[in-house]
Amino acid sequence: MRVDVMKTYKLYIGGAFPRSESGRSYELKDKKGNFIANPALASRKDLRDAVVAAKSAFSGWSHATAFNRGQILYRMAEMLEGRTEQFVAEIKALEGVSDSVARKQVQDAIDLWVWYAGWTDKISTTSGGTNPIAGPYYNFTIPEPLGVIGVIADEKESLLGLTRGLAPVIASGNTAVLIASEKLPLSAISLAEVMATSDLPAGVVNILTGSKSELIPWLASHMEIDGIDISGADKKLDGEIKRAGTENLKRIYRFEKDASLKRILSFMEYKTVWHPIGI
Amino acid sequence: MSESLGKLIDGSESSLRAFLDNLPGVDKVGAEGRAAMLGTRSIKTTSKARAIDLAISMVDLTTLEGADTPGKVRSLCAKALRPDPTDLTVPHVGAICVYNDMVKIARDYLDSIGGQSIPVAAVSTAFPSGRASMEVKLRDTQDAIESGASEIDMVIDRGAFLSGKFGLVFDEIREIKALCGETAHLKVILETGELATYDNVRKASYLAMLAGADFIKTSTGKVAPAATPPVVLVMLEAVRDFFSLTGKRIGVKPAGGIRTTKDAIKQLVLVNETTGPEWLTPKLFRIGASALLNDLLMQRMKLRNGRYSSANYVTVD
Repeated sequence: MRVDVMKTYKLYIGGAFPRSESGRSYELKDKKGNFIANPALASRKDLRDAVVAAKSAFSGWSHATAFNRGQILYRMAEMLEGRTEQFVAEIKALEGVSDSVARKQVQDAIDLWVWYAGWTDKISTTSGGTNPIAGPYYNFTIPEPLGVIGVIADEKESLLGLTRGLAPVIASGNTAVLIASEKLPLSAISLAEVMATSDLPAGVVNILTGSKSELIPWLASHMEIDGIDISGADKKLDGEIKRAGTENLKRIYRFEKDASLKRILSFMEYKTVWHPIGI
Repeated sequence: MSESLGKLIDGSESSLRAFLDNLPGVDKVGAEGRAAMLGTRSIKTTSKARAIDLAISMVDLTTLEGADTPGKVRSLCAKALRPDPTDLTVPHVGAICVYNDMVKIARDYLDSIGGQSIPVAAVSTAFPSGRASMEVKLRDTQDAIESGASEIDMVIDRGAFLSGKFGLVFDEIREIKALCGETAHLKVILETGELATYDNVRKASYLAMLAGADFIKTSTGKVAPAATPPVVLVMLEAVRDFFSLTGKRIGVKPAGGIRTTKDAIKQLVLVNETTGPEWLTPKLFRIGASALLNDLLMQRMKLRNGRYSSANYVTVD
């Protein structure tokens, strides 16, 4: 007879796994009402700390070479592959789907990380370029990451939704603060464990679990956040989020499920450089 | 200094040793526990707003880099006078703290923009190591005072202190104090990060106060750890006890490692609970910092606007 060693699901902020500063947690149950875990119930101060961590990680991550970012994203796919069974078990427990459906979701998520890993060093060549100018200038345009992006990931397929939201944001050099699904938070924290062992620098991705309705207003009004992916937010909140985001002109988007270069470019801005020549 | 203490300590090595070595030892666990307990006080809403403004008025806005330029010092002076140019209700900081060669630049510029009431503090006596002859240290201090410094931050000779040469340290402080006279306030930097024990912090605090310091300051900011809460607590207790012995109020200046509003408010709680509210004034408590001011301003904006602010809305130092 042995007592199970249960995992404590905590937050992921600045590369560490703290509990909520508020000390709160909430009870998570599966569809049959069986107890699963006590994830942390993050407060607005945890959000603030996560944004500070994301902001301080931005300089390093956005200046890392595209090749290096691609390697790290690919490394995450490798780590996910090795932990397939854990994710399958968590998805089955919370989403109530069959083994094969859960396994398919994990595999799709791994493939998506690889797909975005491949994009990192192709973004500026496909979306930037030299511009024809009628003057003695060499003129070129390149896309650059915006800064700190809030991600409210799509909830229907927990791991896949997280990947759809996070991968395009960090592929280009942004850093992210993710608010995990309230009902399906396990994949988010387990994904944090993958990140912590994939050489992803501390603070590039920060994950909060807890009440979306409590955290979203603070995320939307935070002046340090430059954009929000609201794919996983209640549609009724769209107006409120966009109003709160106007103060610092946040880019706020709701995406479809498909993976696309547009998702990457949505959180980038173009810089055009005029360089004098021929004088 | 009270008569009894004056009789006890005539400045000789033996009298200092007799006094300092007989000070009660610091209860390490107790001091750390008390500092940690006071750090859990929750200061909210209107109290927080007042604490933030008080902390801003206590900041010794500091730049002590080899790469300092006159331009950087002038922009720091402008920030000292108007920390947040979009909000004129923000008080000015306690002082500007710079290296000697920048003192005149800072003084002249502050005077030209209406910052006459903001003192300029100079770090003297071969800051930060203090490794120079007494002659050089005196000349260094003289130079700062002539350039317009009204506060002198001197470092003690930690090597001498740690090897028990209390008389030497005492005499150095006394000579610098004599030079400062009434023109300049003297802050004595103990560099607690190099003193190894809380007992030494207590001894060095008394030594500096006996020798005539107006302020005792934790650190140069070049050595970690610097102004940790237990160290500041020990120094505040020394100041409190020195007041009851002599009736003289000595100021305290933690410096180094205080970067967030939370850290600053913890320091204010320590002051209030140890020496009492009479010390909650820039005349008796200062915080040596550079990055802290921006965090205080951002927290102030958060209280005013109800949303978290960003570093994009405060000046880059």
